[in-house]
Amino acid sequence: MAMIQVKNLTRIFDVSKPWLNRVIERLPKAMLTAVSDVSFDVEERTVYSLVGESGSGKSTIGKMAVGLLKPTDGSVLINDIDLSRETDGGKLDKARSDIQMIFQDPYASLNPRWRVREIINEPVSARGGNVVGLAEKLLEQVGLSSLDADKFPHEFSGGQRQRICIARALASEPKLIVCDEPTSALDVSVQAQVLNLMSDLQENLGLTYLFISHDLTVVQHISDKIGVLYLGRLVEEATPDELFENPKHPYSQMLLAAAPKMDGFGREIDPPQGEIPDPINPPTGCAFHPRCPIATAKCSAERPEMRVVRGARVACHLAE
Amino acid sequence: MSEAVLSIRNLTVEIPTRGGILRPVDQINYDINRGEILGIVGESGAGKSMAGNAVIGLLNRPAKITGGEIWLNGTRIDQLEGEDMRRLRGKHIGMVFQDPLTSLNPLLRIGDQLTETMLEHLDISRDKARKRAAAALDEVGIPAAAQRLDSYPHEFSGGMRQRVVIALALCAEPSLIIADEPTTALDVSVQAQIIALLKRLCRDRGTAVMLITHDMGVIAETADRVAVMYAGRLAELGNVRDVVTHPEHPYTDGLMGSTPLASKGLKRLRQISGSMPRLTAMPEGCAFHPRCEFAQDICRAEPRPKLNGGRSACHFPIQQPAEETA
Ligand SMILES: Nc1ncnc2c1ncn2[C@@H]1O[C@H](COP(=O)(O)OP(=O)(O)OP(=O)(O)O)[C@@H](O)[C@H]1O
Ligand SMILES: Nc1ncnc2c1ncn2[C@@H]1O[C@H](COP(=O)(O)OP(=O)(O)OP(=O)(O)O)[C@@H](O)[C@H]1O
Ligand code: SF4
Ligand SMILES: [Mg+2]
Ligand SMILES: [Mg+2]
Repeated sequence: MAMIQVKNLTRIFDVSKPWLNRVIERLPKAMLTAVSDVSFDVEERTVYSLVGESGSGKSTIGKMAVGLLKPTDGSVLINDIDLSRETDGGKLDKARSDIQMIFQDPYASLNPRWRVREIINEPVSARGGNVVGLAEKLLEQVGLSSLDADKFPHEFSGGQRQRICIARALASEPKLIVCDEPTSALDVSVQAQVLNLMSDLQENLGLTYLFISHDLTVVQHISDKIGVLYLGRLVEEATPDELFENPKHPYSQMLLAAAPKMDGFGREIDPPQGEIPDPINPPTGCAFHPRCPIATAKCSAERPEMRVVRGARVACHLAE
Repeated sequence: MSEAVLSIRNLTVEIPTRGGILRPVDQINYDINRGEILGIVGESGAGKSMAGNAVIGLLNRPAKITGGEIWLNGTRIDQLEGEDMRRLRGKHIGMVFQDPLTSLNPLLRIGDQLTETMLEHLDISRDKARKRAAAALDEVGIPAAAQRLDSYPHEFSGGMRQRVVIALALCAEPSLIIADEPTTALDVSVQAQIIALLKRLCRDRGTAVMLITHDMGVIAETADRVAVMYAGRLAELGNVRDVVTHPEHPYTDGLMGSTPLASKGLKRLRQISGSMPRLTAMPEGCAFHPRCEFAQDICRAEPRPKLNGGRSACHFPIQQPAEETA
């Protein structure tokens, strides 16, 4: 059984103007579908990545996975427990302590007035757990020194702060870590340190990652499986090798062709056409059809179902 | 000075502080030729923006140029001030920043912004300028350009705004464009559009470009030559293919190795330990020595290694592999 089961997950935000403005300006209610009917499984001890451009719904899925946000429809099961519907408090507590989240901004996510020791121990001490020597042990584990426990966050560089965030996430011995752009604020040489650390920990501690990133190169490097999102919909799911060598959805193809290549000296590409549509009024049928070079009449009429195409799952009428 | 549009000689920028003088740009040298794109890469805080801002006279106090020379089309410009600098900048240098809103006036219709800029720097009539404005928007790929002249900046998407900024940067027909992280805030697909646009326009017009970015992939695809900055200094300068495929400086080599792109199929990325030194704690000698696996005593002592017309500022540059014969 998969560790995470995401089933027909949908999240709609009400982004209407205030009631009075709507009445005066005669505006209808505006509903934004951030995540639309997304389904995927994450196997235990694997790294599953969600990629997509800004606004494609990555973070919204991540927040629903850790229970920070309720689905409008569908569900997320973590080890068969639905965080937003489970009523047994004990089960819920256990499930919650198995999940941690790491965010993009290591500056904003650390309380500047707390010492590193308090920051790392907090998730455990809040549950009344034993924290003697815990922060020191974890600091060593993430490549810092146990002496750092007495310092404050501002005394560390960006990469070191992200290590502190990782140490805090590890404190409650989670099985699953949802990482939302954990290295996007870091320089590449520091990003390499953090990615290597994350891989080591995953292997040594048997962790499962739901990894969120807009950076294709990072995702290619770290993942066992990748889901590509476009306008809140999962359009393709494949292994990194399959996806990068042989992308099957026209959007994946466009995205991969547009990404800069280290050996692309003087490369002249036809850049992608058009822009991502307004999520409040998404296109009918396949959301990608207005920009798709091979779209047919069926594409604008009917939303494609996910189906298996040569070892990948693809939501496209024409992929083969 | 043959073809060089911009020549920077021993440029140094300093910031006086209570704790001492900081040097965010330390004796750097490079030229950019007509029609050439010079990429400037380096990690956050390396001094890339400071160096660019020094050229356009946009250093924020208390930072100031304390040494070296900047030449634009054979004229020395580092001592220009106030109105002289402003006029030169408007006429000869176009600017594109990461956030397009810093270059656009939110209260003015974009057609007016383009027209005014042209009227100030070119000898043409208002009528003609307005026609040229529509053509400029069309050229950067704004659909139905003539109708969009009356739109305000906030009515455009981020990618479209950056196109407008490029149109604005180019409309006075400058000989140099300084683009500081022009695509960093944009999505991959929009980034590809903007980069292709910059490349095409500059090639067609022979404009020289200084492209500042921390994205090695963007540099590889876009630049002709690349300058790698580290702690305010030039670590390496050369033809982009040479620098990317056979880096000489250990820092450049580490930078390449740590990009996931370059290490396809490897389980672990190569990493450089530690991080860039702070300006308040610059090591003696080569600024990279505390992180460098090849460092010897000579690296830890002054005088520090300099480019001196060569490709890398390193006492022990990595040897090029013998020419692979086909
Ligand atoms: N609380 C909210 N209220 C209204 N709209 C929201 C809210 N959170 C997200 N959205 C919208 O939902 C869509 C998906 O947002 P989300 O943050 O999940 O995207 P993302 O893929 O993480 O993007 P990014 O790469 O920019 O982080 C966007 O259009 C966003 O504007
Ligand atoms: N007023 C100031 N006082 C002290 N140091 C400053 C000041 N302004 C800038 N610096 C320092 O100058 C150095 C160069 O900054 P610069 O903005 O040029 O870096 P950059 O290479 O453009 O980095 P990024 O990729 O983050 O844009 C940095 O170390 C920065 O901290
Ligand atoms: S000069 Fe020395 S320390 Fe600096 S990069 Fe070269 S080998 Fe390393
Ligand atoms: Mg996000
Ligand atoms: Mg900068």
